[in-house]
Amino acid sequence: MSNSIINWFKYASPASFYPLAGRMIPWFSWLAVVLIASGVWLGLFVAPTDAQQSEGYRIIFVHVPASWMSMFIYCVMAFWSALGLAFNTRLSGMMTAALAPTGAMFAFLSLWTGALWGKPMWGTWWVWDARLTSQLILFFLYLGFIALQSAIDDPRRADRAGALLALVGVVNIPVIYFSVQWWNTLHQGASVSLTKAPSMAHVMLEGMLVMALGFWSYAIAVALTRVRCIILEREITSEWIKRNAVE
Amino acid sequence: MNGFVMALRRDMVLALRHKSEWLTALFFFVIVTNLLPLGVGPEASLLRKIAPGVLWIGALLSTLLGLPRLFAPDHADGTLEQMALSPIPLPWLVAGKIVAHWLVCGLPVVLMAPLLGLQFDLPVRSLGLLVVSLMLGTPLLSAIGALGAALTLGLRGGGALLSLLILPLYIPALIFGAGAVEADLAGISAQGHLSLLGAILVVSVFFSPWVTSMALRIALE
Amino acid sequence: MQWNSWQEFLTMRGYGLYVWGSFGACAVAMILEPLWVRNRWNAIRTRQPRQERS
Repeated sequence: MSNSIINWFKYASPASFYPLAGRMIPWFSWLAVVLIASGVWLGLFVAPTDAQQSEGYRIIFVHVPASWMSMFIYCVMAFWSALGLAFNTRLSGMMTAALAPTGAMFAFLSLWTGALWGKPMWGTWWVWDARLTSQLILFFLYLGFIALQSAIDDPRRADRAGALLALVGVVNIPVIYFSVQWWNTLHQGASVSLTKAPSMAHVMLEGMLVMALGFWSYAIAVALTRVRCIILEREITSEWIKRNAVE
Repeated sequence: MNGFVMALRRDMVLALRHKSEWLTALFFFVIVTNLLPLGVGPEASLLRKIAPGVLWIGALLSTLLGLPRLFAPDHADGTLEQMALSPIPLPWLVAGKIVAHWLVCGLPVVLMAPLLGLQFDLPVRSLGLLVVSLMLGTPLLSAIGALGAALTLGLRGGGALLSLLILPLYIPALIFGAGAVEADLAGISAQGHLSLLGAILVVSVFFSPWVTSMALRIALE
Repeated sequence: MQWNSWQEFLTMRGYGLYVWGSFGACAVAMILEPLWVRNRWNAIRTRQPRQERS
């Protein structure tokens, strides 16, 4: 037990995490390529045509995984933020900063594909549905986080201020979601029920899960590459980088 | 507790000395809400329908207006650093400043709101509810806003950044606050809205001074 | 296989714009982002030895 704790803290230092991340990136990159390719295959070629939505439903294979990832990444950011504020580890802030752009991208993709799905299904690009609205607010939270971090020059302050904001955001997300849902039920006229999911064939679910896992590996690979960039940028003067500069 | 009274009194004295500060927020509220009928037309039924949302968004923006000045002057002349170093717990001082901000930027808006509500043809009963909902909501706006002010302290483009950070967090307050008035207009009981608004108010007023102090310490490091 | 012809696959039985718009946007975003990160990485790597010498 004590052994494992020591190991974890060893990798909390950027110097020892840097090579570890470098070894992990190729694995996750290839995993992402394979999984996304098979997800696309399952989604576009194997999955049968839906009885109600014809081929339009195939958007689900990118829309749902992107939405899942956007929410999941924000939670992971909050986790790293809590860790960073509690133990004052430098790596946590770097991880949070590295994850944010990818999370924002997934939130945007989720909105974009949602609009493209909404148009043929409900006849409008945008509905003020509780889920769509919450997703939009999540996107705003990502933008706020990125804007705050980029406005602060001192990396230490940027990390800690960002961590605080991410934590406050994650506490607020359930409240926001609940309030938006409450608001939505009061204005029934304008809303469209999203919860009435099309009866899903087994292969559809499989395709979605494979795709989600692919997106997940993709996010890890990109975030790890970005965290390596951040480590290099911030610690460019430190000894261990000079020693490993040729690597 | 001493720190709370001290900070509150100090900020109030300063605010009363610089009248332009709170008058600006108030006039901003009046002008923004008065521009809306000019934009959408003077039809009474439409105005009555959008009134709760308009007045609430006006209140939201005008409290936002005073936020950058919540900590910035004290930061500039070094008072804030002294406060952080003093033996008085920082959260108490922050709480005092939040209450002062509410008294300066929030309360005038609350008192002005019924008058503007009349312009939007709101029935008298709903005017009362508007005041109640704003009374519960504007302290909430000050409390959440203080966190944003602390996070963006001393940053370039602080004001715009502040609104980007804080406005998403204002959404629940807007929904329940404006929703309460709307429900009342529609003849439904507004109790649920007000209870939820009150619950959020209690939680955020309790936690905000602590979190804001943390953010201030981060900014001062 | 769900498709009888290429034609059918490309038009998605009338939903082509929406389906390809979604898949295309995801493809573009998820190809560009790694490239950008790669660029940043390369920029740092080329800058670094110079800084070291100085």
